[in-house]
Amino acid sequence: MYNKTLVELREEIVTKKVSSYELTKYFLERIKKFDKEINSFITITEEYALKTAKKIDQEISKNNMRALSGIPLAQKDIFCTENVKTTCGSKMLESFVSPYDATVVKKLKNAGSVMLGKTNMDEFAMGSSNETSFFGEVKNPWNFEYVPGGSSGGSASSVAARLVPCSTGTDTGGSIRQPASLCGVSGIKPTYGRVSRYGMIAFASSLDQAGVFAKTAKDCALLLTEIAGYDEKDSTSAEEKVINYFDICTKKFKPITIGVPEEFLDGLDNEVRKVFDDAIEIFKKEGCKIKKINLSNSKLGVSAYQVVAPAECSSNLSRYDGVRYGYRAKNVSDLEDLYKRSRSEGFGKEVKRRILVGTYALSAGYYDAYYLKAQKIRQLITNDFLEAFKNVDLILGPTTPDTAFKIGSKANDPIAMYLSDVYTVSANLAGLPAMSIPMGFKNELPLGLQIIGSHFDEDKILSLASHFQEITNWHDHQPKQKLLGLD
Amino acid sequence: MDKKTTLKIADLAKIEISNNELEEIASNLTKILKLVDEMNTISTDNIEPMAHPLNFTQRLRKDEVLENNQRNEFQKNCKYTDDGYYIVPKIID
Repeated sequence: MYNKTLVELREEIVTKKVSSYELTKYFLERIKKFDKEINSFITITEEYALKTAKKIDQEISKNNMRALSGIPLAQKDIFCTENVKTTCGSKMLESFVSPYDATVVKKLKNAGSVMLGKTNMDEFAMGSSNETSFFGEVKNPWNFEYVPGGSSGGSASSVAARLVPCSTGTDTGGSIRQPASLCGVSGIKPTYGRVSRYGMIAFASSLDQAGVFAKTAKDCALLLTEIAGYDEKDSTSAEEKVINYFDICTKKFKPITIGVPEEFLDGLDNEVRKVFDDAIEIFKKEGCKIKKINLSNSKLGVSAYQVVAPAECSSNLSRYDGVRYGYRAKNVSDLEDLYKRSRSEGFGKEVKRRILVGTYALSAGYYDAYYLKAQKIRQLITNDFLEAFKNVDLILGPTTPDTAFKIGSKANDPIAMYLSDVYTVSANLAGLPAMSIPMGFKNELPLGLQIIGSHFDEDKILSLASHFQEITNWHDHQPKQKLLGLD
Repeated sequence: MDKKTTLKIADLAKIEISNNELEEIASNLTKILKLVDEMNTISTDNIEPMAHPLNFTQRLRKDEVLENNQRNEFQKNCKYTDDGYYIVPKIID
């Protein structure tokens, strides 16, 4: 059962081969039995899940089907869930319970899905390895000595370990695509504003976007169709019409023009290059035209990102003052002491580091040199993309410079950690939709293919990705881990 | 970034840094600013800074109350409340 796709599971439910209750119970058992190996969950919502599944089964018995009736899924612990803890991977929110559901959560509930729990993540989504979580590091199901990537590390690794068929994530500089690549699953970050961020805990508001993980692009399409769309509660959500992305994936593939940025291949590891070239060969055989393109300003992506993201984080995280919710320090002497100690004891190292960088960049006399300069570079990076999209339909490259790295190997070197997002940050800076799908392996660890589209071209991305998965089987590979009940 | 600036920024950010953390934090911040300084390798004169990734303008709505006051719900997340207020250390003598 665990190796079935969402599309297959939906078919089993519709044809009543399996009930929502059975499916829920099955995956909950897997989580309870095997998650101790990888630590991909912070909270398991067993009681809620079984109760919901029973309700869904009653609906199904009356032939009342919804788009995702009975589909089990996990929510990244950054999305507020009514009456269920939302920690954002932080001691600061260790016991925070939201009085409302995020729009993404609400929409997925309304579509009939069953939430099994909340997944582990880097603290406040700041990290590329899931090592900054207050709730402990997550392990890569392919090799427990390696990181799953981050910040949505728990969401990616739970799908790779087949503990859930799909999960949600958020992506500010690569936090969906990078872990998808490192764990060998499919993950999409939609266009900025495509999915509502209401109830999604803010990190960097001009970059954050919600998305999904699953085994296949078609599964991602099914989920995205449900969560995309305008939300009056999120003033940054786009009023663009939502199409049925799943239907698009079932249509006959028409060859397109693919751009390959030279900047993404310069100095790339030879084996990663070989795996990427093999993927490109497949598209060539399918009749696609391959064009070299230049995104010369993208080399400054990480630098600009390391200004914009921390600056916005320092502003967003100023709300955690220990007064109204979140961690509050004990035995404080005065209000100033309450603020300072609550924040110092409640936030981890990386979060504090980013708050400091951001505070510096926004402090008097430095705004022009940092934030304004970064926003200008952002415009240049965006211009490069828009120019490229005049001649190509989609842009392809590796998602990450290499496979997963060992736990601890970059933990004390923030620069090395930041550079693992070198190919992913540009799409966030430009607000573009982008996806990662499995394209092969190096030393038995998976590698992802990144597909970047123009604004609101999620349909083109998903169509290409799903066609690639019709002719390759990289997405079918799963870790052979007895400790995860996989053989 | 020197230790003095690091402490000043930390104060602005309302974050406490202990003496034994200071050196490592200052050194890491310096490294990050060095990475960020790569932005200066290109000229951005005459470039308009990006205001929104999709050039959307901020949507406004009428200034109407749409939701009921849910203070009690929200205060469930705080142990230190009294009659709808939040309790904090004394700020006026």
